[in-house]
Amino acid sequence: MANPSEPILRYKASIRANHWFVAITFILMAISGLALFYPSFFFLSYLLGGGQSDRILHPFIGVVMYIGFLSLALRFWRRNYINRNDQQWMKQIGDVLQNREENLPPVGFFNAGQKYLYWVMILTLTTLLVTGVMIWRPYFAPYFSIPAIRIAVLIHSFSAFVIIAGIIVHIYAAIWVKGSIPAMTRGTVTRAWARQHHLDWYRKIGK
Amino acid sequence: MSLQSLDIIARSATTNPAPQIRHTEEVAKLIDISKCIGCKACQSACMEWNDVRDKIGTCDGVYDNPPDLSPESWTVMRFSEVELEPGKLEWLIRKDGCMHCADPGCLKACPSPGAIIQYSNGIVDFHEEHCIGCGYCIAGCPFNVPRISKKDNRAYKCTLCSDRVAVGMEPACIKSCPTGALVFGSKVDMIKHAEGRIADLNSRGYQNAGLYDPPGVGGTHVMYVLQHADQPELYHGLPNHPRISPLVSWWKGITKPLMSIGLGLVALTGFFHYVTVGPNEVTEHSKEEVEKED
Repeated sequence: MANPSEPILRYKASIRANHWFVAITFILMAISGLALFYPSFFFLSYLLGGGQSDRILHPFIGVVMYIGFLSLALRFWRRNYINRNDQQWMKQIGDVLQNREENLPPVGFFNAGQKYLYWVMILTLTTLLVTGVMIWRPYFAPYFSIPAIRIAVLIHSFSAFVIIAGIIVHIYAAIWVKGSIPAMTRGTVTRAWARQHHLDWYRKIGK
Repeated sequence: MSLQSLDIIARSATTNPAPQIRHTEEVAKLIDISKCIGCKACQSACMEWNDVRDKIGTCDGVYDNPPDLSPESWTVMRFSEVELEPGKLEWLIRKDGCMHCADPGCLKACPSPGAIIQYSNGIVDFHEEHCIGCGYCIAGCPFNVPRISKKDNRAYKCTLCSDRVAVGMEPACIKSCPTGALVFGSKVDMIKHAEGRIADLNSRGYQNAGLYDPPGVGGTHVMYVLQHADQPELYHGLPNHPRISPLVSWWKGITKPLMSIGLGLVALTGFFHYVTVGPNEVTEHSKEEVEKED
């Protein structure tokens, strides 16, 4: 086998660039969206130049983000199929949170938490795109009835809540599981990290 | 329009309560449809006083002109031909525009602090300099009144001439009405006035004549005397039981602060997880296993 001190490539440069493109646009979307979500967050609109600019920029950034997300999501599609080990992993979420990884079934390239978040992202971001177009003024909203817009804006804000909560968990997980951040910044992880957190993946690439 | 001389009781997208100590008398515009002749003098007066001019349109074969409310036309006459009894045609002409609800759906929906203001005299006013053009007021309004301008992406509607009322004058439309179909005063007086009109209509065979002051939106500060108050839909689809859509209440009610707190709690849970359970670090065991397998 290879030198144990040599790191393993987990995400190649194009994946990392794609991830950070989506991450940056997502932060802009969360800022500009939360500004209109609840009055206490309205001050965030000033980061984008005020209420009118916030309202103008939000949907355009959203479309750009969705295209970037789609590119990343298609590359990761097959790796996120849920299997029996994932269901078992989820049942033992207590062990996960208590850092008792030795009790968990072996994990492939992604763990169950990452996979479920992936599908939540597919669902919510697509919903946000569709409902967002429906309420997009001045271009598309005039083509939809007022009752349709009421439903769209309700679903839009609820989906936004779900995905922002999900991304907070995603960011925390990267801070919590030490050695994860270099995977997305430099592309590599240590062999011990791979063995401990993604045993099936480690065995597969080790061959 | 922005106006300091009237007392504010509610402000859009503002969680802190508005100044409360002074209260002015509630005003109301009463529109007596049985007296309206559809001359549109009120439409002209509205354009004139507010200095807004709609583009010259085309005739669509009906008297409604312009055909709809617009950023420049804050009130329009809606003409409905109905035949409740065979052979007895009625021409119902309704002056459409903002109803100045006591519970305004536009204000509830608006995300921009201070873009929509409710004065203690009951007037609901848009402050266009704070408007961001999102159109949420359109989703919030039970009467389909606000219109966004293509010129500046800001929402416009009837101000009930808040500037005139503030200095003790009646709205421009009232001033122009040649038949007395439009009257303006305190809401109490207008209800009293309407009672007289309804008694008169009853004596003329309009048994279902009544006042339109819908309680579903807390009452309005623009009220109608209707010959057929049991069927307001006859009047170009005036809603029978208007209220803020429950969808808007779910969207803008308690759910938003709860979801906001929820997001904070998710982040705090992460923080407390880190300081109690602690980070998940690569163990010596894993490192040894890697060495062994090598």
